[in-house]
Amino acid sequence: MQSLVIVAHGSHLNPDSSTPTYDHADTIREADAFGEVRTGFWKEEPHLREVLRTVEGEEVYVVPLFISEGYFTEQVIPRELRLEGWDVDRWDSDGLSADQATLTATDTGQTVHYCGPVGTHEAMTDVLIRRAETVTDDPDVGDGFGLAVVGHGTERNENSAKAIEYHADRIRETDRFDEVTALYMDEDPEVDDVTDHFTATDVVVVPLFIADGFHTQEDIPEDMDLTDDYRTGYDVPATVDGHRIWYAGAVGTEPLLADVVLERAADAGADVGAAIERVRRTTAVAAGNR
Amino acid sequence: MTGHAETDGTTLDQNVVPSIDLPTAAVDALARSPDDDHRAPTIAVDGFRVTATTADAYTFETATERHADLSRAELADAAHDHDVLVADWYVFEHVVDDEGSRGAFLRWLEGATERLERLGRLDDGRTDAADASTSDAAERSEPTTATAIRDRFRSLASGIEHDWGQLRITATIADDGTRRYAIRHVDAAGIDRDHLEAHDDPRDARSIAKHDPDGRYRPLKTAPTLPTGWVFPDLDARECYETVETFYPATVANWDRERRGDLDVSHWHETMARQTGIYGLIETWDRGEGHEHVEWVAETCCADSQCLKRREWEYDAETALSVDGGDGAFPCREPCSLVVSAARRWTKLESEAERTYEFDLTPSEKEQLEALIDAVADGRVEEIREADLSEGANRYRTRFLRAKRFDDDGALRGVPTDPEEGTTDE
Repeated sequence: MQSLVIVAHGSHLNPDSSTPTYDHADTIREADAFGEVRTGFWKEEPHLREVLRTVEGEEVYVVPLFISEGYFTEQVIPRELRLEGWDVDRWDSDGLSADQATLTATDTGQTVHYCGPVGTHEAMTDVLIRRAETVTDDPDVGDGFGLAVVGHGTERNENSAKAIEYHADRIRETDRFDEVTALYMDEDPEVDDVTDHFTATDVVVVPLFIADGFHTQEDIPEDMDLTDDYRTGYDVPATVDGHRIWYAGAVGTEPLLADVVLERAADAGADVGAAIERVRRTTAVAAGNR
Repeated sequence: MTGHAETDGTTLDQNVVPSIDLPTAAVDALARSPDDDHRAPTIAVDGFRVTATTADAYTFETATERHADLSRAELADAAHDHDVLVADWYVFEHVVDDEGSRGAFLRWLEGATERLERLGRLDDGRTDAADASTSDAAERSEPTTATAIRDRFRSLASGIEHDWGQLRITATIADDGTRRYAIRHVDAAGIDRDHLEAHDDPRDARSIAKHDPDGRYRPLKTAPTLPTGWVFPDLDARECYETVETFYPATVANWDRERRGDLDVSHWHETMARQTGIYGLIETWDRGEGHEHVEWVAETCCADSQCLKRREWEYDAETALSVDGGDGAFPCREPCSLVVSAARRWTKLESEAERTYEFDLTPSEKEQLEALIDAVADGRVEEIREADLSEGANRYRTRFLRAKRFDDDGALRGVPTDPEEGTTDE
């Protein structure tokens, strides 16, 4: 039996932090590609230390629901899962190219295929575009629209900015949107000045974050002047400096992210059958909604 | 606790072994089983045994009977004559089908101790599963095994109850011998199911467990703050396990490891030494000057009033903590992420040197400060009545104290926290 474990950060304070993890796990369960699908967290339960003992299978694909390679994917998760002989060199990554490493969990003896984070997989580009379709309720959105991909920035992790730029570049190459820009919370170009970076009237803003929380629900909407006070909410689209800002919230809440989890496991050797096609189909925005 | 349930007010007859409508699949599995040692029934554990002499000739034995040269159809008749024994074997070998913690938990839920022993002896880490099945089980008088199974079916007919944290789990039996389970809050034990919100999807437990009865997020699944008012009235074995796993993740796995004598405990010191990043500093709180700080943490976070896990970790393998670890059904094998996060905060706060402050307070004011701390620490603030001025933590009492004793900057008696800042006028 092949098993899937989705690991994520979770939160002691934010009840919504784990929601995308559970939602994507449910989507994959329904696609029937794995004998079992479990979830594990750094801040919630089951903890990363104990999640593997809740898994009955001996062949386990572990996919981190994280945006970039860095402290959590390289140190915390392998350590807490007790992956024997883990070294970040096992990924042989340039900061974006981690695919998988096969190790043994000393705790349980299971074979663990430890995958790179969802955020750096090429399929994440499609999720960002899908997010733009969802927030505009238009499966053909692009013409006449600008798209901003928003990241935390390099303050804590240089790979974080690499992932943002990687996807912004890939979306730009599709020529689907009039303009595509990477913006950051704590460095230039800053999300505060979003309207300075676009000539298009309509701009979709998608934060490359896994879960909605403090940054995506409070900081970014206020920084962009969508609202004076996040507690009063904001319009979608909201008008700022003559632009219509379609603020999408965390990309990680988009149902298609389940597809990236499957792609990660498939790249690591999991037999996911027709599940990828099924997930892509069931999570699509219906054509002609607009 | 274990006991017999009265389901929906109907008292079931506790003295009758239910008759089982043995499913065809059970007889099919039985006919195949002689080729499969692992799943073949044994008299010691299952109360009966089937062997195949030729391709289509079977022997069916119990402790007191032996029927040889049975055709496939005669084997089915023998199975139906011993429906309880065959059903019990079939349910655990082919429906539950797990030799791990899930299987052990489901066996425990109905008090199937002879089956648990086969998975590893209770409370004895020195005995592995193979030893247990050949020693204990074989030594037991074999007719007793069949009697024990029939007794268990009799109990299942009226419902067998166990508590797991704040869950009350009732195991019953369906006509075909498979088990059905009901799960509700222990505080809803006597409430008719029609008055509870019914659920059938184990995943519903996520949203039930997300907030406490006051609507606050529960960051710790094993906090004794699970809201009540719901019931999962009719779950199968898999759904029962998944529901428990959702309410209390990994508790079954750790309970089973402990039951097998194989629980891996990570004590405080090694857990904190493992931390990196912003939690790396916690290790500096252990200064080789005793472990009183860890006693305080355990008393603060790990008491049964705060967490239903039974703390098994100590300061280190040689240094036990004196505070009580609690009475929970399932163990806590290392400081959890909440304890680690809190410890980081305390490591910073406790690095401060003590200072002497001088305040003038009336005796009642001193006692009021103590009452306030007690009320907050015990989570009693909300229950103190608005007009109950006899309570030190009463809101009016507290507002009066603030009005009288705080200066405009919120400093107690005008005494600055840092003397370098100079004195504040009273």
